[in-house]
Amino acid sequence: MTIMIRKLALSALTALTLGSAPALAAGEGGHIEDFAFSFEGPFGTYDRAQLQRGLQVYTEVCSACHGLQYVAFRSLTDETGPGLDPDVMRAYASTMQVEDAATGEYRAAGGPDHFPPSAMETAPDLSLMAKARAGFHGPYGLGINQLLHGMGGAEYIASFLLGFTGEETEQGGAIFYENTAFGGNVSMPPQLEDGLVTYSDGTEATPEQMAQDVAAFLMWSAEPHLTQRKLWGFVGVIFLVLLASLLYLTNKRLWAPIKDAAKHS
Amino acid sequence: MSGIPHDHYEPKTGVEKWLHRRLPIVGLIYDTLMIPTPKNLNWWWIWGIVLAFCLVLQIVTGIVLVMHYTPEATMAFASVEHIMRDVNGGYMLRYLHANGASLFFFAVYIHIFRGLYYGSYKTPREVTWIIGMLIYLAMMATGFMGYVLPWGQMSFWGATVITGLFGAIPGIGPIIQEWLLGGPAVGNYTLNRFFSLHYLLPFVIAGLVILHIWAFHHTGNNNPTGVEVRRGSKEEAEKDTLPFWPYFVIKDLFALVVVLAVFWAIVAFMPNFLGHPDNYIEANPLVTPAHIVPEWYFLPFYAILRAFTADVWVVIAANWLSFGIIDAKFFGVLAMFGAIAVMVLTPWLDTSSVRSGRYRPMFKSFFWLLVVDFVVLMWAGAMPAEGIYTNIALIGAAYWFGYFLVILPLLGVLERPTTPPATIEQDFKAKVKAHAKKSGPAPEKIPAE
Repeated sequence: MTIMIRKLALSALTALTLGSAPALAAGEGGHIEDFAFSFEGPFGTYDRAQLQRGLQVYTEVCSACHGLQYVAFRSLTDETGPGLDPDVMRAYASTMQVEDAATGEYRAAGGPDHFPPSAMETAPDLSLMAKARAGFHGPYGLGINQLLHGMGGAEYIASFLLGFTGEETEQGGAIFYENTAFGGNVSMPPQLEDGLVTYSDGTEATPEQMAQDVAAFLMWSAEPHLTQRKLWGFVGVIFLVLLASLLYLTNKRLWAPIKDAAKHS
Repeated sequence: MSGIPHDHYEPKTGVEKWLHRRLPIVGLIYDTLMIPTPKNLNWWWIWGIVLAFCLVLQIVTGIVLVMHYTPEATMAFASVEHIMRDVNGGYMLRYLHANGASLFFFAVYIHIFRGLYYGSYKTPREVTWIIGMLIYLAMMATGFMGYVLPWGQMSFWGATVITGLFGAIPGIGPIIQEWLLGGPAVGNYTLNRFFSLHYLLPFVIAGLVILHIWAFHHTGNNNPTGVEVRRGSKEEAEKDTLPFWPYFVIKDLFALVVVLAVFWAIVAFMPNFLGHPDNYIEANPLVTPAHIVPEWYFLPFYAILRAFTADVWVVIAANWLSFGIIDAKFFGVLAMFGAIAVMVLTPWLDTSSVRSGRYRPMFKSFFWLLVVDFVVLMWAGAMPAEGIYTNIALIGAAYWFGYFLVILPLLGVLERPTTPPATIEQDFKAKVKAHAKKSGPAPEKIPAE
């Protein structure tokens, strides 16, 4: 019942919103699956176990080519993010090589360092990809149901990773792979296959699972303060509504004698 | 300050008298706050306060953002990410600033349309109106240059397209464009000068706002009836007005807080709703985005800019008459600036003797059609410039110019307005009584405490 009401409300909202530009951020007319992520809606927060699994997928798969240059290792300890133990975080950082800003030499990374940039020149940095590929629910998609369903960047990433059809085309000596989320051919080959990583928490590593996990992790890497921001939202809205109520009553009391005089004249 | 008779500040204590003889600043503040304000102002009159708040919000958040931002092409994008990730509360500051610009424009559009409906531009308030239009122009320049500062893809390509408009001016265009950019194409020098001007212009706006307020404090506020406050004596004026403090300050504050509750929810729960995803990709001169779309508040004028393609007959005619100097691109630029210029000229284009649209039956329909036209143009501006969208934009642009240049001057002659009430007091009483009737029998008087 409640689900039905929610759906009705949503379709009403969608109908009210101007269906803006039809193009999605990158994939012109590509198909994007609507995943139910834990961080959607005003009450949504990150699922710590999922972010840790996503970090593992990023580390073992994506990082071979892609960078994460705006993310500091220390932020992996964020309580509302992956929440790694500081020692675990430092041990993890030390497995990565970064260029020292002072000496220009490569050394093992520490907490304050950032993840390395992309190893492959043509592979984009992934720090902000979840926001750069937003639009599934946003003004360039369906409208203000972004409020309840998130901005859609994580959906795009997961759909992209699962969207390879297996069709390959050769063009000028390079191979391109058809992808339904992009809605065309891309130069990145398909990555995910059953059991590609072994999750320490026993979760079965299906492509669907890995795609959603790494998409969630990349949403966190793009918007690490999402939980705090929503908390600010509740504090602010409650305060402002209370203040508005008090001002409403003050205003009513203030104008009462003036309106009374006007009524009885 | 105002021509409406009212009590002025009288210094009472010795200290007050001492200061008043040397600098009458308390008197200035007193007279500004106690200005006699028409009793019958409705809720459309609250957006001025919202706009004043927006200016302060943008200046305060902006100044703090500057403390952490680096205006250099290779570091700007990373410094914004530094604000989003490492600066305490930096993500809120930036989201407030980015969405604050949207609230600013949202409020200014309602404020302008309120002025258009109630004839606030008409004599003797033309100067208030023109200063308002200058503020709006300065806001557009500030908003445009601010959008360039994060140095994302839309920043870079938006700057390229918009400065390219000036390049379309025949002869001197390319020189002006290079002067604006500081070089042959958008680059670090462009970022530097836009940063400098983005910091400067809000203070110019603040100065213009003071003039704007001064001007309407001198003429007195307009009001929903468009009838002037009686100025024969203080007693007469007091029947039509109430002092701004506390009556309108509290009313406006209530409205402001309601608006802010919605604004805050957008900032905290969907802060990127009005932004463009491509701006989270660092500027790259080698990759052009598929669709270059300006911020939503520029879209109506962007639609007008793109509506006039080379196959439109007015463009062909202008091209032929100007011996080829005016091409489609330059015509579009002229149309875009012209769309704002006709608004500036409204006080002289509107020939009707009745001020408020409330008493102008034909005007009302044309006015609301203009509001719809504005929204349609905004929608068309977001669409790719092809097929049916350019036709819709062209019809929208035609109505925009038609409203100001043809309909407004003609209506003054053709229309038979109804009779406004004789006084503001009458209107206020009628309003209160109608409201009391609607909400049932009046409750007993609240005993005084």
